[in-house]
Amino acid sequence: MRSALRQLVVAIALFWVVLSLTFFLVRAAPGDPVAFLAPPAASAPELARLRAALDLDAPLPVQYARWARDVFEGNLGTSFVAHRSVTSVLGDAIPISLALGGISLLLTFVIGVAIGSVQGAHRGTRVDSALTVVTTTIYAAPSFWLALSLIALFTYGAARLDLPSWLRLPAFGVRDPAGDSGVVDLVRHAVLPVATLTLVGAAGIARYARTSVVELLRLQWVRTAVAKGVPARSVHARHVLANALPTLLILFALALPGVLAGSVFVETVFGWPGVGRLMVSSIFARDYPVVVGATVVYAALVILANLAADLALPLVDARRRT
Amino acid sequence: MTGFWRGAGTQTRAAMLMLLALALAALVVPALAHTDPLAIGDALALRLLPPLSVDVTHHFHLLGTDSFGRDLFVRAMLAGRLSLAVGIAGSALAGAVGIAVGAIGGWAGGMLDRTAMAVGDVLLAIPRLVILLVCAALWPPGATMVITILVLTGWMGVARLVRGEVRGLRARPFVEGAHAMGASPARVLWRHVLPNALAPAIVAIALGVGSAVLLESGLSFLGLGIQPPQPSWGNMIADGREMIVLAPWIALAPGIALILTVLSCTLLGDALRDRLAGDELETMRARS
Repeated sequence: MRSALRQLVVAIALFWVVLSLTFFLVRAAPGDPVAFLAPPAASAPELARLRAALDLDAPLPVQYARWARDVFEGNLGTSFVAHRSVTSVLGDAIPISLALGGISLLLTFVIGVAIGSVQGAHRGTRVDSALTVVTTTIYAAPSFWLALSLIALFTYGAARLDLPSWLRLPAFGVRDPAGDSGVVDLVRHAVLPVATLTLVGAAGIARYARTSVVELLRLQWVRTAVAKGVPARSVHARHVLANALPTLLILFALALPGVLAGSVFVETVFGWPGVGRLMVSSIFARDYPVVVGATVVYAALVILANLAADLALPLVDARRRT
Repeated sequence: MTGFWRGAGTQTRAAMLMLLALALAALVVPALAHTDPLAIGDALALRLLPPLSVDVTHHFHLLGTDSFGRDLFVRAMLAGRLSLAVGIAGSALAGAVGIAVGAIGGWAGGMLDRTAMAVGDVLLAIPRLVILLVCAALWPPGATMVITILVLTGWMGVARLVRGEVRGLRARPFVEGAHAMGASPARVLWRHVLPNALAPAIVAIALGVGSAVLLESGLSFLGLGIQPPQPSWGNMIADGREMIVLAPWIALAPGIALILTVLSCTLLGDALRDRLAGDELETMRARS
């Protein structure tokens, strides 16, 4: 319990440091957001007024103090571009990213662990090496390239191969603007982005899962079980998988940043208005409050996932209970 | 190096040959090509030729041409110069910083060590791509900026590895012996501890080249890294994005060179790691 509390405090401190770091990084950068935002013909007093309105005229420590107070009140500032609060801009984007990322993370995990387990259990066979080639190649491919390949397959390829119309999946956006906007349409739009994220993630997880299954199979009690004639199926179910739970938890925490990073590209390529795409478009628009806000969301997710894995480890691993 | 080659499996040899071939092609192909990979010639006659086609002037295009009629293979190899250079420089410099921080922190201990490790933990808590994006957003894009942020966000893993090794080595008899013989602490660190602590760092750097190339391509794809007309694999893929429905090879062809590079780096890194793990087992067996 003591250590759980300690981990919580460390996580919160870490989160605050990340927040402050982003704040100072944004202000240390060259380039004046006021010059970027103001109309070219703006006069000096107009520029000064805009600077004051954006709270950029105060000394840096004062800005930091005001900003810190606002963050404590749940206020991340106002978007320079959308003229709405950053929290409401993020509030529109987060559910989309969470849905996309959540489904992909789940599939990534299930498929990745399944592939890795098959490989580990059949180590050194042809199946193992074939799957290694596939996962290593996909792991080496950038997510945006995989996304474009899938788009090419379902547009250029679909026309060449004469695929049936239900298989011609939409490659852009969340909804079909002209057609019906039912659940079926949404699911059809989600297939390619989810597939891209899952491919990238599962390939990475399978590589880790294979290694840990191989290590588990070398353990003495597993070898004892095999030696005393326990059938392979129950060795894998009872002895290997049960002991793999702690590793699986760590893998879950490891998979999250990958899916988040992938979602930046996947949302950009497929035109999903999630946090990743919001971040990229805010960067181009020099919309600093939104850039900071999106960074906060990503950092919070990663720190939370790591904290959850740390806290859950003693629950599934008796050796870590004290 | 020859020893490594002799002991390597087919997979590792294939990876080494592939990297060598890619590096050579990146150096030679753009220099020998009959067309300028940047200039736009007779665009109407040459544009959007699919891979493996021969154009009206009887020139062969291995990977086809883009919407301006430029040969994609020559362009991809020219892009390879920059992408490979940025990837190698980014990973090697990050590794050098990591080795320095880890060695000094692990050797000196105390406040210095704890501060360095705390800074590393903070940087590790944010997804690397997010820091890259924020930095790329704030500073003017280009190769130097990409390398700088690869170094700033890439030293922590190596620092941690080297620090662990150095701390483990500090108490070993041969280090004590060197102290007893009157060697200065700096000399002991440099001549006795560091050479024994570098192996895992070298693996991490080799593996890091692949991820540095990937990150560079990602930034360039988003328009935040290497800027056109200077081709990099990432911005070439971005170039082909608009034509993906009509001429998918424009976006997909540069990706093949990129995937082969990252794949080779991963295989090499894995082989190095297995080799080092094997060596450690050998020494452990020899000692017991």
